[in-house]
Amino acid sequence: MTNVSIPELADFTESALDKAFASLEASAREAAAGLSGDEAVEAFRLEWLGRKQGRLNDVSSRWLKAAPPEAKKALGVRFNALKAVVEGLLEQAAGAGPSDASLKAEAIDVTLPGTRRLLGAEHPITRTLNEIVSVFAALGYSVGVGPEVETDYYNFECMNFPPGHPARDTQDTLVVANQERRPLRDRLLLRTHTSPVQMRTMEQQPPPVRIVIPGKVHRNDAADATHSPIFHQVEGLCVDTNITFSDLKGTLDHAMKALFGSAVKTRFFPSFFPFTEPSADVQISCIFCGGKGCRKCKNSGWIELLGCGMVDPAVFAFAAQKQPAYDPKKISGFAFGMGVERIAMMKYGVSEIGQFYAGDMRFLNQFV
Amino acid sequence: MNILTKWLRAYLPGLTVDDAQLAEDLTLRGIAVEGTYDLGSGKGYLYEMDITTNRVDAMNHYGVAREAATIYGLELKPLAFPLPEAKKAAQPFSVQIEAQDACGRFTARVLRGVTIGESRDWFAGAEIATYFALLDQKKISNAVDASNFAWLAMGQPTHTFDLDKIEGGIVVRRARKGEKLKTLDGIERTLDADDLVVADHKKALALAGVMGGWDTMITPETKNVLVEAAWFEPMAVRQTARRHGLHTDASHRFERGADFNAAPLASAIVSAILLANGGSIEGELVDVRVAALEERTALRKPISLKLSEVHRLLGTTIDAEGITAAAVENILRGLGCGMTSAASAAWDVTLPSWRLDIEREIDLIEEVARVYGYNRFANTLPAFAGGVRALPWEEKEAAIRSTMLAAGFHEAIASTFCSAADAARTSPQPGQVVPLGNPLSEEASVLRPSLVPGMLAMIAGNLNRDVSDVRLFELGTAFIGTTEKVEERPALALGAVGALPTASPLHASRQIDFYDAKGVVEQVLGRFEARGVYFDRFGADSGLTPEWLHPYRSARIVVDGGTVGWFGQLHPSEAAARKIKEPVVIGEIYLDRLYKQPLRKPVAREISRFQPVRRDFSLVLDESIGWEAVDRAMSELRIPELVDWRAREVFRDARQAKGEYALLLGATFQAADRTLREEELQSFHAQVVEAVAKVGARLRA
Ligand SMILES: [Zn+2]
Repeated sequence: MTNVSIPELADFTESALDKAFASLEASAREAAAGLSGDEAVEAFRLEWLGRKQGRLNDVSSRWLKAAPPEAKKALGVRFNALKAVVEGLLEQAAGAGPSDASLKAEAIDVTLPGTRRLLGAEHPITRTLNEIVSVFAALGYSVGVGPEVETDYYNFECMNFPPGHPARDTQDTLVVANQERRPLRDRLLLRTHTSPVQMRTMEQQPPPVRIVIPGKVHRNDAADATHSPIFHQVEGLCVDTNITFSDLKGTLDHAMKALFGSAVKTRFFPSFFPFTEPSADVQISCIFCGGKGCRKCKNSGWIELLGCGMVDPAVFAFAAQKQPAYDPKKISGFAFGMGVERIAMMKYGVSEIGQFYAGDMRFLNQFV
Repeated sequence: MNILTKWLRAYLPGLTVDDAQLAEDLTLRGIAVEGTYDLGSGKGYLYEMDITTNRVDAMNHYGVAREAATIYGLELKPLAFPLPEAKKAAQPFSVQIEAQDACGRFTARVLRGVTIGESRDWFAGAEIATYFALLDQKKISNAVDASNFAWLAMGQPTHTFDLDKIEGGIVVRRARKGEKLKTLDGIERTLDADDLVVADHKKALALAGVMGGWDTMITPETKNVLVEAAWFEPMAVRQTARRHGLHTDASHRFERGADFNAAPLASAIVSAILLANGGSIEGELVDVRVAALEERTALRKPISLKLSEVHRLLGTTIDAEGITAAAVENILRGLGCGMTSAASAAWDVTLPSWRLDIEREIDLIEEVARVYGYNRFANTLPAFAGGVRALPWEEKEAAIRSTMLAAGFHEAIASTFCSAADAARTSPQPGQVVPLGNPLSEEASVLRPSLVPGMLAMIAGNLNRDVSDVRLFELGTAFIGTTEKVEERPALALGAVGALPTASPLHASRQIDFYDAKGVVEQVLGRFEARGVYFDRFGADSGLTPEWLHPYRSARIVVDGGTVGWFGQLHPSEAAARKIKEPVVIGEIYLDRLYKQPLRKPVAREISRFQPVRRDFSLVLDESIGWEAVDRAMSELRIPELVDWRAREVFRDARQAKGEYALLLGATFQAADRTLREEELQSFHAQVVEAVAKVGARLRA
C-alpha cells in the first residue's frame, strides 16, 4: 500500500518537487483532519512516520536516493519541511496543539508590503463643499440648488445688476450662442455665481429662509495658478424678521471657527456687491502662521476668504414680485459667498487650481 | 490708484496718527490701502489703493482726506483756488447743450496769453513738481499737468482746448453718423449717431467724457485756451467708450457718476495753475446746466432716516452704548450730508453731490456702519426653529458616490465644455447640443451633452503622463437642448484602464476589462430598487450603440424597461484618435432616469440552519448561447430550494468543438426547514439538466 502511495519521481526540477511535496502535504492534512481516537492517531503516526513502512521513510529511501546530486539539497529542504508539518499534525491530533517547530515551518515575511484593496478618493472639492455645507446644516441651513445655465434675469438683473451697470464688467460671462434676438432678461448664460438660487428659493417660499447653495459656476477668465473658468461656490442666505448685521458677523465667525479651528479670528471690511448692503469682505487670521505673518498671508497675518452683506432691499423687491412677504420694511436678511477652490487649496496645500479638473490619478491618490 | 500721505495731510492739518495707522483705519472703513511704501524722510508714504467701483468719489486725494476727516472727526481744509479778476469779454463764450439727456453741465473758461511750458511747484496747494515726482507721474506740459493735478486732487476730469482751433462756440451733441474725429491717441475714428461729442459750430472736437481730439490739443505754440469742466451722464459715456474700445480715467469716472457741482472748482484749479505761468481770464465762467439732470444729481430730494432702522438692520454693538443719534449725525455730516431733524431720532438727510451712490435709506445705514467700524459690532447668532430639508436626490447621489469609492474609483471633476466634434459623437440625443456664444476655445465651444468627452480627456491625460492605472468617475451635469432651451441632467461617468488590483509581490495583477466595469455598474444599480435590470448588446449596424463604444464589447443598461446608460470597451477608433493603446472601459449612466427608482432598503431574511449542498454542472454550449439563456432557464425552474446559481467558470480549450465553449455552472440547494435528502437532490439535478438542455446546453461528456 505504501508503495502505491509514493510514486516514482522522474523529474527533479524545483517545480516538480514543489508539486510532489504539495500533494503529499495535502494528503497528510486530509488524513489528519478526520482522526478521532488514540488508535487512529497511532495509525496515522505509523502510516507517515513509521520507521520501516512510513511514507516519509519511503520518500527518503526512494526519492532521495534516486535524485541526482544537484537536486539532493532542494529535496532535503522540502523533506524536512514536510516532516515538520506531519509532526505538527500529529501533535495537534494528539491534543497537544502545533509545536513551535511546525509553526515555524509556516513562517512568512511580514515585512513585505500588504496587498491593498483599491479605495477611491472623494474629490477634494466635494469634500470641502460637504464640510462647508455640514457646518451650516448644523445652524439650520438646508441645501438649495439651481441650474448652471441661467437667464440674465436671475444671474444679474434680480441680483441688482441693472442692464448696462458697470458692476457687470467685474464678472466676465460665458454666454450661450444666438441670444442676441431675445429680450435681455431671457438671454441664457453660464451662471457666474450661485446667487440666482437665492432668488429662485425666495420665489418658491416665503420667509423664513435659511439655505446654503453649493454649486459649479463659470466665468470667462483666463486660466492661471489661482484662476479657472470653472470653479465652485458656496453661498448662503438667511432671511427672517430681525436678522441683523451682527447676526451675519456672528454666523460667519462661528462657521469659520467650525471650519478652520476655534483659534481662528475673523475681521470684516466694507466692500461692495450689488446684491448686498452693507457689504463686507471677511478675513480670517492666517491658519498657517496663526496671525504672526508668513508667506501664505503675504505677512499680513490675515487671509481674505469670503464676501457677504445684508440683503439689498432691491433684491427683496424682486422677490416680493412673487412672494409679497419679502417686504424689506418687515424682514431682513444676510447673504454670504465663498470660493470652494480657494478654501480647498488652503486646506490641502494645493498650489495650482487646474489640478482640481485634470483627473490626474497621482493628485487624486493623495486624498484617499 | 496711488495716494500720497504728504498730499493728504495738506488737507488735514489736525491729523495726528501716523501713516501706518491711517492706512489701517482707512482700510477697515472700506477705503482699502493695499500697499504702503515709505518714500523717505519728509516725503511720507505712498498708498496703493483698491477702492470699490461704487466709491469713485474717493479715488482722489481730497476724497480720501474726507474719509479720514470723518473717521477722526477732524476738520477738512476747503479747496480754495482764487482767480485773478477777469477781463471783460465782448460777449460770453457760446456754449450750447444740444444733448440734454446726456450732458448735465458744461462750464467753459477762456484764458488768453498763456505760456505753455514745464510744470513746477506753482504755489501753495499746487505742488505739481513735488507730488508728480513722488507719484512717478510724468510731467507733460503745464496745461496737461494742470488737468492731471485737478484729477488727482479732487477727481473731476477736465479738458483744455487750443481756443484758436475752435470755430464758433461749443455744442455738446450726438455725433452725425459717419462723422470723423482724430482722438488724442492719434486714431482717426468714424463716429456713430449714438456717440456723444463736444463739438464746435463746424466739427466734432472730442469724445465727450472719454478723450479729447487731436486737432484742438494744446501744443507748445498754444496762446489761448478754453478750459472745459463738465458733467456727462454715465450711460452716454459708457456707450461711447465701449463702442470705441476706450477706457480712460475720465470715462471711468463719468460712467460711475461724477460730482455735478465739481466743475467750477476743477475749472478754477486748472485755470489758476495755467495762469501761474502768465496770461489772463477773458469773461466770466460760462456755466450751462440742464435742470432735469441737476435735479437727479446735485439737487436730489432728501432721504428720511430713522435711528430705529439703523438698529433694526445693524444689530448689537460691542460697546454697550450702541449707535447713538449723535454718532449718526457726526458720521453723515462728516461725509457731506445735511441733517435736519424731522423728529427725535429721525432725520431728513440731504445728499452730497459727489455721492451719487447714495440714494436710499439703506445706503445711509451702510455709511453709518462703515464709518462706525464693522468690527465694533458684536457676533450674535439669530434664533432658529425649524428643520433642515434634504434635497430629494441627496441620499441617492451619496449612495452612488460611496459605491464608486468603495469600488476603488477616484472622484474627478471635468470641464463643463467640450468640442463640437466630441459633442456630436457623445450626445445621447443627436443634434441636441448647445453652443457657446463666446467660447474659451474651440475645444470648449459647446456645453457637454455627455460626461464621456471629459472622462476620455482625463484618461488620456493620465496615460500621457505615464500613469498607466486609471480608475475615475464623475458625478456631473450634462446639457441637452438648444440655444432656446437648455435641459440639465445629472449623470455618472466612469472610466478605467490598466491593472486591477494594484500588484503585490505575491499576487499577480490583471488588466481591467468589460466585466470589471459591469461589476461596478451592477453594484451601483444594486443600491436601487428595481423590478428588472438587464444588459443587452447591439451590433454595429443597429445604429443604437453609441459611437464611442466597441459595438461588440459594450452593453446597454436597462432598468425596469428603460435605458439608463451605456458602458463597455472604448471603440478602437476612438482610442486610436486619442493615441490610447490599452483597452479602456468607459460608461455613462443617466442619473435623471436612475433617480426615478427608490433606493433599495435592505431587508434581512432568516438564515437557514441546514447545510447547503453545492452541485456543479459542466456544460457545453454553442457560442451563440449566452449566459443569460442559462440564467433564465435556472430562474424559471422555480425550485424553492435552489438558493443560488452562478457561472463558476467559462473556458474554451482543445476539447471543445469549434464554435462551442464550456461552462461550469454552480448551483446551491438549501431548505429552510430540513436537511435535503439524496432523492431530492437527484431530482433537482435532473431538473437542472433538463432545463439547460432546453436552451441548448448539454452536460460535458
Ligand atoms: Zn500667515
